[in-house]
Amino acid sequence: MFEGLTSRFEGILRRARSRGRLGPEEVEDLLREIRLALLEADVHLDVVGIFLERIRERALGAELSGVLNPGQQVVKIVLEELTLILGGETMKLSYASKPPTVVLLAGLQGSGKTTTAAKLARWFKSRGRNPMLVGADLQRPAAVAQLETLGERIGVPVFSQPTDPVAVAVAGRAEAARLGRDVVIFDTAGRLAVDDELMEEVRGISEAVQPDHTLLVLDSMMGQDAVNVATAFHDRLSLDAVILTKLDGDARGGAALSVREVVGCPIAFASTGEGLSDLDVFHPNRMASRILGMGDVETLIEQVETTYDREQAEDAAARMLEGRFTLDDFLEQINQLRKMGPLNSVMKMVPGMSQQMAGVDEALDEGRIDRLEGIINSMTPAERIDPGLIDGSRRSRIAAGSGTQPSDINQLVKQFREMRKMMKKMGGRGPGGRSSKRRGKGPKGGRPPVAEPTGSDRPATKGLSLPGLGDPAEGPGMELPGPWPVN
Amino acid sequence: MSLRSRLGRARNAFSVQVRAVRSVSTVDASTWDALEEALILADLGVSTTADVIAAVRQRADVEAVDEPEVVIDLLRAELVERLGSGDRGLARGGDPSVWLFVGVNGVGKTTTVGKLGRMEVQAGTSVVLAAGDTFRAAAADQLALWGDKVGAPVISGAEGADPSSVIFDAVEHAAAVGADLVLADTAGRVHTQGNLMDELSKVRRVAEKGAGTVTETLLVIDSTTGQNGLVQARRFTEAADVTGVVLTKLDGSARGGIVVAVQEELGIPVKMVGVGEGPDDLMVFDPVEFVDALFELDDDVEA
Repeated sequence: MFEGLTSRFEGILRRARSRGRLGPEEVEDLLREIRLALLEADVHLDVVGIFLERIRERALGAELSGVLNPGQQVVKIVLEELTLILGGETMKLSYASKPPTVVLLAGLQGSGKTTTAAKLARWFKSRGRNPMLVGADLQRPAAVAQLETLGERIGVPVFSQPTDPVAVAVAGRAEAARLGRDVVIFDTAGRLAVDDELMEEVRGISEAVQPDHTLLVLDSMMGQDAVNVATAFHDRLSLDAVILTKLDGDARGGAALSVREVVGCPIAFASTGEGLSDLDVFHPNRMASRILGMGDVETLIEQVETTYDREQAEDAAARMLEGRFTLDDFLEQINQLRKMGPLNSVMKMVPGMSQQMAGVDEALDEGRIDRLEGIINSMTPAERIDPGLIDGSRRSRIAAGSGTQPSDINQLVKQFREMRKMMKKMGGRGPGGRSSKRRGKGPKGGRPPVAEPTGSDRPATKGLSLPGLGDPAEGPGMELPGPWPVN
Repeated sequence: MSLRSRLGRARNAFSVQVRAVRSVSTVDASTWDALEEALILADLGVSTTADVIAAVRQRADVEAVDEPEVVIDLLRAELVERLGSGDRGLARGGDPSVWLFVGVNGVGKTTTVGKLGRMEVQAGTSVVLAAGDTFRAAAADQLALWGDKVGAPVISGAEGADPSSVIFDAVEHAAAVGADLVLADTAGRVHTQGNLMDELSKVRRVAEKGAGTVTETLLVIDSTTGQNGLVQARRFTEAADVTGVVLTKLDGSARGGIVVAVQEELGIPVKMVGVGEGPDDLMVFDPVEFVDALFELDDDVEA
């Protein structure tokens, strides 16, 4: 029933592909698909409108790169915007300077307040706090009994008395102070946002206990009404954050986006199961993918990020093998490798590399890389392309600029020459030779087959392949294992 | 008491859109947009909304209608028609009959069992309540309180007991005392959890192992539920042969429009609606009233 956005985009983008850019017409078509996806995910109609406006601006202005098809780019923009809204400022669960820290839970009937109260108490307990639960839901039959059972299960005391909700809350707060509990969580009765009397009652509880954190418990299966509900609760209680429940189902949870956008308070926790430990800190990026119905978006993003690197790297590698390798390329390569972790261990992962690199081994010492970078950055562009230009006076200038000795510069230039010589030799050796076809760009640029990175079932596009250094199937090649760390 | 008068407190954007439509002199493209928005805001879903609007638009074209009131009447008729005309009575015929209540967590199953128990007891039926929710802490206590209130015996097991055996016991008890009807509560379960859905299939099977016959399996859906409601209906039907929907919490600001898609795609009719927390706040579903309540809400509020 739900398709991922990417597949919805296919038809629209076939037109755009021939032109290599998105025109206003395609953007409108894409936006219509995004609108459908968001509405099917229960994002509020008005929020969808606001959101599409933002996407329209960014999509029209977007530059199309060779490695990403326009659809991927728009998906990336949509995800970024969704994540931005869902994330934004995060809730700081601060503790009151004078304990106890008071947490008030409110929401509709059946949203999961009582269970969430217990989960939250358990969460505080696991952080070394001494929470207490107060059962102020005197409405639903046996709600207090439910809370008491749960409290017993997690070893947290529960206070309640059959008076009235405000009185229970006041007494509960006093009891928490008397017992020296440092966090006290109030479970309140479910109420309809349109029920004036009960909404006044919960405001009364709030005024009586002066919560440090007021949390709305919101069912992730909610439809268009989520906005009305959250707004009504916010008006009375001034919410600090939302806890999203029942995320273990397959609801897309667009309500989260609506509420974040309209009410503005962050989503602090997500409840993901019936177990009392199933309460997680909220992940905006996962929620964004979920709303769009895209399971593998993280993979896509990784692919997007790494492909940028790949293109650069392949370019550099090709030039290197043609003997046009410069000090700039050298620096770029080192930086790329550094992103993967400590250089020595990275190089050890490359088949055949440990011997080949013997000559430059000491250049890979982490401490020296910074200096090396300083030296190269102190050179003129011409010097970086042809280090042969560097004479005595240039050498002094570079040494002064990078805070090194002239001998350091000599050493670098010497190492660089050795490396370039070696690369050239290797380039001529492999069966693949230099293959200009691999320089092709664009979505159908004939990406070379790359070894599956780490046994995952993700698309095999994440390794860095240095072309021309031998087919991995036929001998020692240079397949750098992925994944690249994503910044 | 009519549904409409029960819903007088609620208001939402739906009526705002409809009011805007009423205020124009002739129907144009923006009128259709406003009606479409109204249906989406009522949680009918994008595709159902598109179908409904297309059908009404076609009729308006054929009949050459351009007055807003007439168009709204056409829309109203279309929605009523799509809500189905089948029998909404709750079937009996077992000895005893068993009505099973299923649904995701927090939709109001236990409360519905209590309210329906009261209705049936008042109508002279001898009823047994089965506390088949053995998972949620104190769910059996909650049902026991309802039993006291409505004057029906409650059969329950220990917390964590096999729900099938609790319901089986309740059926046996009903048969032994000559009761007519067993209302069987079950634990809320998210429909993606395969083992829990299997458990529900077993509950349904075992309920018929003895003297009883399951004559209704009622899916309880919360009115605030969005598009996931359709998925819920599909999964619960696969697991337990759902025969009808109870739409709860309709006294809030949500409209429960997803039931239109549930009727259309799965042929499962809404049989009852819950409109409050009181023991008498359960009504037989009437599509005309339901649709009228959608359209005339604000007239009540503003009066």
